[in-house]
Amino acid sequence: MGRSLLDKVWDLHKVGTLPSGQDQLFIGLHLIHEVTSPQAFQALVDRGLKVMFPGRTFATVDHIVPTDDQRRPFADEQAEAMMQAIERNTKEHGIRFFGLGTEEQGIVHIIGPELGLTQPGMTIACGDSHTSTHGALGSLAFGIGTSQIRDILATQTLSLVRPKVRRIDVSGVLAPGVSAKDLIIRIISDLGVNGGIGFAYEYAGSAIASLPMEARLTLCNMSIEAGARAGYVNPDEITFSYLRGRKFVPQGAEFEKALTFWKGIASDSDARYDDVFKLDGSSIEPMVAWGINPGQAVGVTRHLPRVSEAKPEDQDALRKAYDHTGFAEGSPLQGLQVDVAFVGSCTNGRISDLREAARVVKGKKVSARVKALAVPGSRSVARQAKSEGLDEVFRAAGFQWREAGCSMCLAMNPDKLTDRQVCASSSNRNFIGRQGSPKGRTLLMSPAMVAAAALAGEVVDVRRSAPGGAEGMGAR
Amino acid sequence: MSAKESRRLKVEGRGIPLPGDDIDTDRIIPARYLREITFEALGKYAFYDERFDEKGVEMPYPRSDKRERAHPLNDARYKGGAILIVGRNFGCGSSREHAPQSLMRMGITALIGESFAEIFSGNCTALGLPAARVSHEDGRAISEMVEADPRAVVSMDLDAASITISGRRFSFVMPDSDRRSLLTGEWDTTSVLLSNEKSIRAAAVRIPYVNGFHS
Repeated sequence: MGRSLLDKVWDLHKVGTLPSGQDQLFIGLHLIHEVTSPQAFQALVDRGLKVMFPGRTFATVDHIVPTDDQRRPFADEQAEAMMQAIERNTKEHGIRFFGLGTEEQGIVHIIGPELGLTQPGMTIACGDSHTSTHGALGSLAFGIGTSQIRDILATQTLSLVRPKVRRIDVSGVLAPGVSAKDLIIRIISDLGVNGGIGFAYEYAGSAIASLPMEARLTLCNMSIEAGARAGYVNPDEITFSYLRGRKFVPQGAEFEKALTFWKGIASDSDARYDDVFKLDGSSIEPMVAWGINPGQAVGVTRHLPRVSEAKPEDQDALRKAYDHTGFAEGSPLQGLQVDVAFVGSCTNGRISDLREAARVVKGKKVSARVKALAVPGSRSVARQAKSEGLDEVFRAAGFQWREAGCSMCLAMNPDKLTDRQVCASSSNRNFIGRQGSPKGRTLLMSPAMVAAAALAGEVVDVRRSAPGGAEGMGAR
Repeated sequence: MSAKESRRLKVEGRGIPLPGDDIDTDRIIPARYLREITFEALGKYAFYDERFDEKGVEMPYPRSDKRERAHPLNDARYKGGAILIVGRNFGCGSSREHAPQSLMRMGITALIGESFAEIFSGNCTALGLPAARVSHEDGRAISEMVEADPRAVVSMDLDAASITISGRRFSFVMPDSDRRSLLTGEWDTTSVLLSNEKSIRAAAVRIPYVNGFHS
């Protein structure tokens, strides 16, 4: 019986078994940001400990960064204090820091892959649940809490239980106009927001094999919304060609050695899985998560579900969703009014996402009632977008073009919903209060769907509203 | 704190029933209250948006049955409660340790629920907070008993993996490794991990991308 990528990566990094019964796992790449790390550095100092492998931790700032006026000191004193803490901590402990003003800065899950820090076969951890993103390159990557950040800083290892592996086998190909975002929302909706507890998800099958790397990043990003702490795609030629030449990827003869390692780390064809879930990729339509968790989602041509027709165990959460949103049971999804449109985040803030959205809005105007934001996920994405003139396309359409950061995904910075606004958002969570207003409402969808909603001022099917229809849309 | 002092053999306190499934960490502590560089002040922000309005005034808590009453954490009957009784997939979403930190700092010493999100329950263990899983029926029964008698003491025995309230006994489950860590007091893992420094350095030499693909 063969081994899965998870088996191979786990065994390679296992340092030993601890008295508790958990495994001690070496973490090859540790990423940190300003929100969850200061308390860990303080704990280290309190105990008189040092960072064991400072070269294996990289830092950036993303959550609290204002995306409009980035002059220091920040207007928000708390944000400024967090900024100063990470500047001080990285300096004192000898950690590489991609701060504001550096060309590498951006959302931690955007810059890891983009700089080639993220590589196949690695164990990767970060104090952020969307660390699952990095699994798209064939690494085992997961979010951790601050106590675990302290553990990695002090020991470069974690105490962990080995997860089970569920293979998500997606056959066929995604239809035109359907993106990786729609695919992952569909998977979450089918398996439930708690269906992945205790599992890592291995995404495989023909629909996955044909996905470009940035689409795979979107897919793996939302594994955690399915309850799966990690998700990955086996590395293949798409992975290797994405990596070649990136800043932190080995060059020359070393690249060839790396390639041999990467190829060997993929799941064997006869690997054993704890569970298999099959899905026909061609059956998926653009999805909208309309409720208060990403699993409360329907296809764009459908109606909102009736509580009485839902599974008994889902009815309570569904009732809560209607209490919060005020939407009507059984009403069509299309036509729901939108006040704000947000393109960005670690889920959909990459160049391909901006291209898709820009293609939809080019030459058109955002609805007068909509405030629309386009926020690149990193400085590098921003540079590329500007070189293609995408910033001008967005501005001409009535979008605000911003600097790189997490922005309106989680409202730790000035970008927030107010009162009961409804936001068409390319981010990852529609939790109550997530976008900064306790009464705000979030509709999760693909960047192209967000763009279409921004123009129409309501939820529409991008396959019908985009120029050239669905056929004109890129394969994503 | 020595391992002996941090042992969690038995945790007792009055209960606080918090109904609802899939309660995420953004609800437990909204992101805008994470803008502090220490965890110290987080106790006052637990479930902030559900407990207080924009002016900081306590709000009624709309329940799924349309009856409105105070949020359980504002409810005078449950003041001083220490054992939070929750539903399914509690703590899903963001990995923020601020969530269990805020609960702990407002006086919660253990959680009982149908299930917990993985990162959240790991964070609880790392703080010495037991997160015990019970069946849907038992969870409901425990909640109802607490609602009927908010002064009843809920007693969690980690060694026996059982919960007792008003003379009724329920069994709970928890990953063995978590329960063992709580029982031995070694839930703060840094020193345990650090004691294997030699093996850690050996792993660094063995792993191809860490050694620069030289092996």
